[in-house]
Amino acid sequence: MAEQDWKTNKRVFAAVSLPTLFWIIVFFLVPMAIVWLYSFGENKGLTEIDISGTLDNYKRATEWLYLTIFGKSFAVAALVTLICLIIGFPVAMAITFASEKWRPWLLLGIMLPFWTNLLIRTYALMMLLGTQGFANKGLGALWEGTSWIKTLVGLQPLPTWEPVQLLFNNFAVVFGLVYVHLPFMVLPLYAALDRLDRSLIEASLDLGAGHFRTIMRIVVPLAAPGIIAGVMITLIPALGAYLTPDLMGGTDSQMIANVIERQFKKANDWPFGAALSFLLIYAMFALIAIQSMRKKVPEVR
Amino acid sequence: MALFARTPVAPLEYSRTLWMRLWVGAVMIFLYAPLVVLMIFSFNDSKRNVVWRGFTTKYYEKAMGNDQLVEALINSLTIAALATVASLVLGAVAAVMLWRFRFPLKSAIDGTISLPIIVPEICLGVAFLMFFAAVDWPTDLIWPFNLGAIIIAHITFCFPFVTMVVRSRLATFNREQEEAAKDLGASEWQVFRDVLIPHIKPALVAGALLSFTLSLDDFVITYFTSGPDTITFPVKVYSMVRFSVTPEVNAASTLLILLTVALTFVALKLQGVKAIAETH
Repeated sequence: MAEQDWKTNKRVFAAVSLPTLFWIIVFFLVPMAIVWLYSFGENKGLTEIDISGTLDNYKRATEWLYLTIFGKSFAVAALVTLICLIIGFPVAMAITFASEKWRPWLLLGIMLPFWTNLLIRTYALMMLLGTQGFANKGLGALWEGTSWIKTLVGLQPLPTWEPVQLLFNNFAVVFGLVYVHLPFMVLPLYAALDRLDRSLIEASLDLGAGHFRTIMRIVVPLAAPGIIAGVMITLIPALGAYLTPDLMGGTDSQMIANVIERQFKKANDWPFGAALSFLLIYAMFALIAIQSMRKKVPEVR
Repeated sequence: MALFARTPVAPLEYSRTLWMRLWVGAVMIFLYAPLVVLMIFSFNDSKRNVVWRGFTTKYYEKAMGNDQLVEALINSLTIAALATVASLVLGAVAAVMLWRFRFPLKSAIDGTISLPIIVPEICLGVAFLMFFAAVDWPTDLIWPFNLGAIIIAHITFCFPFVTMVVRSRLATFNREQEEAAKDLGASEWQVFRDVLIPHIKPALVAGALLSFTLSLDDFVITYFTSGPDTITFPVKVYSMVRFSVTPEVNAASTLLILLTVALTFVALKLQGVKAIAETH
């Protein structure tokens, strides 16, 4: 029995479709439409907003300052995604080829941090990376060790260790985003690798290709849809990240979400904030459109 | 993998090679070390979080004595529970609609339902801020009605996840079962309750867990939708972290982490580790 036509059972269709449609329209589409309308408005007085159809907000968003913030957000998100891919791919491979007994537990190990509160994870990382935190102490110990070895072999010792600033800069933002988004990358990669036909890998190894070559020439092309899915699932939330750059970043590491937030809280310029929000949404749509275009190519062949 | 059990390390047993193990171990340490350190230092007898000064539980007493923090935690749990129940119903109903029927504009509606997953949190938060301002949503209601706005916002971003999980489970449903039930005289409702619901139960458990944790986790959307007097746990912790790093935050965070772990184990008991892992 295939899908039913809605006309054949109108009563049941109404029962399942009305709540869904009501919710999605009233509590999703209407709010989004309000943002969209406000993005063509201008501030009149402190709380009044006049929707005048002006394009000034979008013009202002293309100013150099905001373009650089958009560009930077993209660069940070892309870098985070790349690092997550490099770290996550071997992990996904290891989970895929782990024994039946271990696999679910490894998966759970990846998923548990993903279920843990984002704010708590960010805070935990901040504790570790602070000037008095363990990361700095570890680096300090390494530094002193090197210094000690240098004196041992008769060289000048290194100057005294100064704690490095690991927090409140761009490094911290990238580090924090990688920490938060790594599970997003590993899970779709695992899903793709798990579906892989293992005999192909065995054939490649039997025919004399090395492990690295097999991975690059066989595993990666076959798992490409999963890799792209992982990239998108990591890239999209990283691009719209608010909390990590807000808490771990410095004054120069703001991302687009922080600028949007400021329009609604401190700057109190709702129309401009609305315009920036929609530009961010359009950017997401563009990314998804590129992905779905790429996905269709192999099907056509 | 039992196939290769006799040989030392078979070619495909990547997870048995040394460098793979080191890599996975390092990643696990990377993921868990900050959380473990946070939990250990919640017992540290020192105002500044850096050196171990002896064991104490006084920051737990302090956190529990902090009325605002306790209120925030109760609010968050209430919101998560109510949003989860509503998301389960709405998500399951939407999944059944998309799975069972063919109707005009189906792909557009399908796409729209999954949009809240894709739209960045900040944009959704902004949209709800503007929406509740535009409809003049009352902010001075008594508890728990003052949480209404936040619950509505949470349902909107949680239920698409439930729909997603339930739908993939429904894809494995044998429609002949439904026909058999109907032939034997079951009504639509009986088929739904006695045939369909038992089949999608694992997906419902996974969806509930997902909704609950997503709701409990959410900071950005809540930050924009909460009125001046309603405070949730993440919003409270955020202001505490901004203000200063205190062991009280560690204590409260540890409690929440333990809650997450406990929830995970409840789900595991209900479904087994494999089923939970597979729904993601």
